[in-house]
Amino acid sequence: MSKLEIKDLRVQVQTEDGPKEILKGVTLTIKDGETHAIMGPNGSGKSTLAYSIAGHPRYEVTGGTVLLDGEDVLSMTVDERARAGLFLAMQYPVEVPGVSVANFLRTAKTAIDGEAPKLRTWTKDVNAVMERMNLDATFSQRSVNEGFSGGEKKRHEIAQLDLLDPKVAVLDETDSGLDIDALKVVSDGVNRFRERDGKGVLLITHYTRILRYIKPDYVHVFVDGRVADEGGPELADELEANGYEKYLATA
Amino acid sequence: MTAAVLNDALEQGHVESHLHPEPTYDVDAHPVPSGREEIWRFTPLKRLRGLLDGAPSDSHLDIKEELPAGVTVTTISTEEAKALGVTPAFDRLGALAVANAGGAILVDVAAEADLDGPVRLLLSGASVDDVVWGHLVLRVGAHSRATILVEHTGSTTFDAFTTVLVGDGAQLDLVHVNDWADDAVHAEQINIRVGRDATLRQFEFTLGGDLVRTSTNVDYAGPGGSAELFGLYFADAGQHFEHRLFVDHNAPKTKSHVVYKGALQGAKAHTVWIGNVLIRKVAEGIETFEENRNLVLTDGCHADSVPNLEIETGEIAGAGHASAVGRFDDEQLFYLRSRGISEPEARRLVVHGFFNDLIRRVGVPELEEKLLATVEDELAKNVLKELV
Ligand SMILES: Nc1ncnc2c1ncn2[C@@H]1O[C@H](COP(=O)(O)OP(=O)(O)OP(=O)(O)O)[C@@H](O)[C@H]1O
Ligand SMILES: [Mg+2]
Repeated sequence: MSKLEIKDLRVQVQTEDGPKEILKGVTLTIKDGETHAIMGPNGSGKSTLAYSIAGHPRYEVTGGTVLLDGEDVLSMTVDERARAGLFLAMQYPVEVPGVSVANFLRTAKTAIDGEAPKLRTWTKDVNAVMERMNLDATFSQRSVNEGFSGGEKKRHEIAQLDLLDPKVAVLDETDSGLDIDALKVVSDGVNRFRERDGKGVLLITHYTRILRYIKPDYVHVFVDGRVADEGGPELADELEANGYEKYLATA
Repeated sequence: MTAAVLNDALEQGHVESHLHPEPTYDVDAHPVPSGREEIWRFTPLKRLRGLLDGAPSDSHLDIKEELPAGVTVTTISTEEAKALGVTPAFDRLGALAVANAGGAILVDVAAEADLDGPVRLLLSGASVDDVVWGHLVLRVGAHSRATILVEHTGSTTFDAFTTVLVGDGAQLDLVHVNDWADDAVHAEQINIRVGRDATLRQFEFTLGGDLVRTSTNVDYAGPGGSAELFGLYFADAGQHFEHRLFVDHNAPKTKSHVVYKGALQGAKAHTVWIGNVLIRKVAEGIETFEENRNLVLTDGCHADSVPNLEIETGEIAGAGHASAVGRFDDEQLFYLRSRGISEPEARRLVVHGFFNDLIRRVGVPELEEKLLATVEDELAKNVLKELV
């Protein structure tokens, strides 16, 4: 089972001119096995929502609740949230110099499972995932995200999704900066995750392109820190045709 | 060849550089420091335990040697050591070490030798009450290939002058490990001359001691030489670790690359890194880059980081420097923690990563393992406290 409930979430950041409210009451529920797409213009607060769910210290929650299978996510530390089953594929993954991908993955897997993975099967699993993600054999020995191309960073995020196997994945613009081949590889990875039992996905994107490969159950239009509209997959087609103008005009 | 003769041969005279005093063995020519001088202002002179007084002593460090074939160790007189034509002492401590050591240990790697293992000198001290003066000469013959490890352990009050002659076309990896007991005092001047087309890689690891102050001075005996100077230090509460580097690009087409990384933890941990590079008029087509990064792990530590580049010619291939003192990067910690990794474990990974790429370059597996283990021990004192 996996259910992520976001209720009336309000978030602010500190700026030079004092606090600035970015999320102005977001309500959204992802039920067992559902994929939701969030689409919205630049600066509408999509990454803020993703980071707030993951617990980034820069984002201050001023109201609302986030529950994962009924448990209060907002009272958990960043790493507790991950161990509870949340995963965030970041829009801009962070470089960690000197820490190899292999070491990073093993440490993360150990932390999530509460025990070290069996060496033999783990190595096999990692190699298989790397191959599916089109990352070559030397990739594991490179430092995390250091000198990775934009596409390699995103494929590495999805490789982690596959290996760490969370309950709910938040994917923040995993499609941006990918050429068509990489987009297919990444989409295949996400779809493989969705095929597993009861996995939830919150797919944040700016473009409809990825929705041709990953079919969402619901689409939410995000404008100025709020959900401005929601509907089925057909909403994405409408956005493709007409853009966000109609929402921006009334916002 | 004496230094003066060599300078004549290279047709270059004395340069009025604000970076460094004129080198000489004459102790009296180096005034007793008051602590305000540029080269002394960071050093807590009182904690040198009277080394600057220069009282004679015949105490020694215990020395164990591991010498592969092609290497000899002998004792030579002070005069013989000076006559080898290396750069004299840049400061009073260097001059005092030469004056008081009563001779030098000469390690000779035969020309064209290709050593099948590292030369190891394990020096250990028994007590801080023993003042020890040291004078060491490492001479690596032309076109030879060698790794020399100098490891320091134990307690002592030690002042050393070390000269390194890297022969033409030779490749030397020189590793200094300063893993002293908490009360040790260690001052050392290391003057290195890099031969024509020779390659020097020096690694300096300072992990223990009450006060460690080393000055590494590099110049070149001809064009085409390359010097890579890597350093790693980990200072705990109350420790003062000072690494001073001076690269004198006195020949064309020479290269230098300096990377020093340090971590500090605990009240009054203090580190100093000085990176001086002088590019002389003759030194056309040289390349230099120096970098110092410090990771401040707890409150109450202080890292000084001072790069200096003095350029007398416009015809250089590349010159630059970078220097940073910072705390943990919140974004790195967030990224790791968002994958379920606990905060202390994330910190451990970041510090390991910070040092790893330096340690990995050493190329002596057992030493790399030992260094990583030492970093782990250091981390256990503070950063990982919450874990245990
Ligand atoms: N630390 C901050 N300080 C000030 N403003 C911030 C901060 N973080 C975010 N913002 C502002 O909040 C708004 C929402 O940012 P966010 O990154 O969540 O948007 P987004 O929808 O992900 O945009 P994009 O499509 O460009 O990724 C923007 O106006 C942004 O400038
Ligand atoms: Mg964004």
